[in-house]
Amino acid sequence: MSFPLLTATAVAPAVGAVAVAAVPAAQRTLAKWVALLFSLATLVLAAVALVRFDPDSEDPYQLTESHAWIADFGVRYELGVDGIGVVLVGLTALLVPFVVLAGWHDADPPAGAPDAATQSVTHGRWRPTQGFFALILMVEAMVILSFAATDVFLFYVFFEAMLIPMYFLIGGFGDRAGHKNEQETATQRSYAAVKFLLYNLAGGLIMLAAVIGLYAVTADDLGSGTFSLQQIAEARASGELSISTNTERLLFLGFFFAFAVKAPLWPLHTWLPNAMGESTAPVAVLITAVVDKVGTFAMLRYCLHLFPEASKWATPVILVLAVISILYGALLAVGQRDIKRLVAYASISHFGFIILGIFAMTSQGQSGATLYMVNHGISTAALMLVAGFLISRRGSRLIADYGGVQKVAPVLAGTFLIGGLATLSLPGLAPFISEFLVLVGTFSRYPAIGIIATVGIVLAALYVLVLYQRTMTGPVKAGVENMPDLRARELTVVVPLIALLVFLGVYPKPVTEMIDPAVDRTLSVVDKQDPKPDVPVQDVEAAK
Amino acid sequence: MSAVADPVTVHSLWTMAAESPDKFKAPDIEYGQLAPTLIVIGAAIVGVLIEALLPRKARYGAQLFTSVLGIAAAFAAVIGLAVGDYGTSKARIAAEGAIAVDGPALFLQGTILLVSLVAVFTFAERRLDPVAHGNRVDSFAAQAAAVPGGDAEKEATKAGFTTTEVFPLLLFAVGGMLVFPAANDLLTLFIALEVFSLPLYVLCALARRQRLVSQEAAVKYFLLGAFSSAFLLFGIALLYGYAGSVTYGRIADVVDGEVADITPALAQTMGNDALLLIGGAMVLMGLLFKIGAVPFHMWTPDVYQGAPTPVTGFMAAATKVAAFGALLRLLYVVLPGLRWDWRPVMWGVAIVTMLAGAIVAVTQTDVKRLLAYSSIAHAGFILAGVIATNEEGVSSVLFYLGAYSFVTLGAFAVVTLVRDAGGEATHLSKWAGLGRRSPLVGAVFAVFLLAFAGIPLTSGFAGKFAVFKAAAEGGAGALVVVGVVSSAIAAFFYIRVIVLMFFSEPRADGPTVAVPSVLTSSAIAIGVAVTLVLGIAPQYFLELAGDAGVFVR
Repeated sequence: MSFPLLTATAVAPAVGAVAVAAVPAAQRTLAKWVALLFSLATLVLAAVALVRFDPDSEDPYQLTESHAWIADFGVRYELGVDGIGVVLVGLTALLVPFVVLAGWHDADPPAGAPDAATQSVTHGRWRPTQGFFALILMVEAMVILSFAATDVFLFYVFFEAMLIPMYFLIGGFGDRAGHKNEQETATQRSYAAVKFLLYNLAGGLIMLAAVIGLYAVTADDLGSGTFSLQQIAEARASGELSISTNTERLLFLGFFFAFAVKAPLWPLHTWLPNAMGESTAPVAVLITAVVDKVGTFAMLRYCLHLFPEASKWATPVILVLAVISILYGALLAVGQRDIKRLVAYASISHFGFIILGIFAMTSQGQSGATLYMVNHGISTAALMLVAGFLISRRGSRLIADYGGVQKVAPVLAGTFLIGGLATLSLPGLAPFISEFLVLVGTFSRYPAIGIIATVGIVLAALYVLVLYQRTMTGPVKAGVENMPDLRARELTVVVPLIALLVFLGVYPKPVTEMIDPAVDRTLSVVDKQDPKPDVPVQDVEAAK
Repeated sequence: MSAVADPVTVHSLWTMAAESPDKFKAPDIEYGQLAPTLIVIGAAIVGVLIEALLPRKARYGAQLFTSVLGIAAAFAAVIGLAVGDYGTSKARIAAEGAIAVDGPALFLQGTILLVSLVAVFTFAERRLDPVAHGNRVDSFAAQAAAVPGGDAEKEATKAGFTTTEVFPLLLFAVGGMLVFPAANDLLTLFIALEVFSLPLYVLCALARRQRLVSQEAAVKYFLLGAFSSAFLLFGIALLYGYAGSVTYGRIADVVDGEVADITPALAQTMGNDALLLIGGAMVLMGLLFKIGAVPFHMWTPDVYQGAPTPVTGFMAAATKVAAFGALLRLLYVVLPGLRWDWRPVMWGVAIVTMLAGAIVAVTQTDVKRLLAYSSIAHAGFILAGVIATNEEGVSSVLFYLGAYSFVTLGAFAVVTLVRDAGGEATHLSKWAGLGRRSPLVGAVFAVFLLAFAGIPLTSGFAGKFAVFKAAAEGGAGALVVVGVVSSAIAAFFYIRVIVLMFFSEPRADGPTVAVPSVLTSSAIAIGVAVTLVLGIAPQYFLELAGDAGVFVR
């Protein structure tokens, strides 16, 4: 038996969470270092997984592990990654150290608050700092497990369970900026946390009905129910398992609903701006760059692999919803007055692109979408974290409160600009390639939708550049004059992210190499070939 | 005169007794297989003797010892029977057809005994209430007979009286509960029902604080319980009229049309379907009342709120286990032939119970009432498994009951810890910021709430998945959909409490968390441990419940 690399990658942050939680209340700095250490250890393990992963292998899943878990439910503890999964595990492990570093001071007791000794009278053993970092690591562990699970039930368990630490992160550690007083902050953020949880829980419970339905279907045909992706795929290929068209569609809808809430897809998106607006910037990054990726990833792996026919059946509607997401998210981003909500709506627009790419059912579209998941994770992290640094300096989330920042804090403004340009998919930065691939992939099959979606790029330029212009250029506003520039810790967060954006923008091959075989396999499951070019090639040559 | 006029009759009476001894055979009682019940009832009687004979100071220790020992011995007996294959291959009907000893009965008895053991710990807790006149006191009235607020009450408190009668009362209730799911004829069912209900009515009235509320709850419970018992008894009479027997197997045979010999006295009524349907419905009503299913749930919130919290926890956990056991046996053994008649009705009951419990709970402001409505919603979830009418249905219900009862006990044990000057602070507004003030208590309660909500990695999820899976396989897919919708609604109010505990600022005049003795601490610890173990590694217990899934007839 080989070393259980994927389990180790997931267990490392989980152990870290326990270790951080065990650090005594007074030693906040130690807790932070422990958290950073464990997130880096996770990154190392994920890097080993990336290296050990062989993109040219014939196996659908690599680094597999399989153990008995709940035999009565037909559930096994089965892990394994395809190219898409391993890249996303890598993305998660990559971003969390930056999240930890960026959130270094976010859970400190507010300045001027009573010190630990007096606080223990009113607050008992309440240890927010330890809690904050433990929860982040908890989320990381569960996200990695849901990327690596190849058993539907196992996936579902972590898909649902990750909501709980996430919920405490949003509700327990809100952004103090932008509210009149502590009371309003508390009300707003618990509203955001509850909204986040109820939306996702409702989606998850509907998926639970579909998961049970899937079990009943497999139990009917195979004698004993199973949740193993591979077993189900084999049984379907051999004709042993046949799902009637109607059942398949219902099950697909149950799964898709949960993922569409998580992703989020219009019109199930409304929890995201609240959650991202009210949480601290690092947590917002965790939501949009890491947790939400589980939704789009699951569409690829579960919806398409388990229910290929129903996926094709639902494609037209989903494409329309995706285009609405792109345009609606972008338009609302243009109209936002709050920086964090602006990034949230921009993300909704970008998730529209990802879903568009997945359901265009072309190889360019899907590898573009997968690449987009990675690039969006990095670019949003860069933009949102810099925005968080900006907001923490001024104590306001309103765009109108800023102006002329580039004169007082040029590095901050510069990095903000690069993050923004990545968000609007400037050629040379990573997101450009993915967005281009998605649009090409969509256009080759659905030209009209491809064209409409392109409008989203124009709007992206609008909301990013207007945001930059209003906050960074022009006369220096009152309250901004003495703004310090980025500190060493903050630079440590931003510079690597920007370097990655540039690197992947110029040379995306390391990632696409991983992704492409998995995408081809998905397409063969769905039984779709790329459309033939419209211009008959031979005729062109003959005309010469 | 008659002796002179009719000497033959007298003679024949005598001779019959003398001549055919086999007609009056002494009943054959399998003491070994009935040991769990007998041990608990025996311990209860010892408890009564302790009350009568020992000096007041010595009673508490003696009672606690007797209760724990009795329940533990009974549990050991259950294990012994299970190991001796009495749950599977040697399953049989004992005590002249009155009691079934089979897998479900043993599983449920084991569950009830474990639950009761934990409940004894919470009953015996004496560290929470402030010391009164130099005496440590528990949650129960100093002297139940003293008028609330009267002089007698003051004197009793001053003298340091405590109601140690609660232990024998608890044991009698447990004894009844052990028989209830094992009853194999309707009269045994009824007697078991009364044996466990009457002590519970009394226990409900015994709160030390807010005695009037407690007594009101007891009266309400008693009156409604008496109604439901009357329905049950009437139903039994009608079923007897229909089948000419009260034994489960015999009634089932008549329902299936396998019995030809009609008892002459009942020739008019036997086989009359009207009697069967009305009688069956009335017996079901009696059981649904105990389960707390809508529309027979009205007593639940008031009684749960008014009763002393340890009693509420015990009642909510153990009664539900016993009553669902009896319901399962009735539906699966007596009335399987009537499946097509009761299934639609139970569908309706399950749907209404799930939805009503979840929706009404949303507006509650008292934590005990909240848990009461949540228990109604959970009764609905379990009913979905009952309706499955397959073997998975039985085992999933068994598993759910085991999982749910420990979550419930633990949750109510936590409620006993949160106190202010007036005793337990059950109003939800007082719980604001509790998680910040006492992170451990807040976290533990959050675990229980998440288990109630059915979040993965807790026992609540495994249980919910098991019953919904059974329901889906039993062709009740629509129930599963209603189930997940009501779970979503229910999640809202569980989450609301968590929000309140963790995301609200603590109130300056908020309650304090009392530091319990090892008794309540271990009760809560057991609750958490069971919740997590059944959530993360449920396989062994699912197998146990699966092996116990067959009724003997």
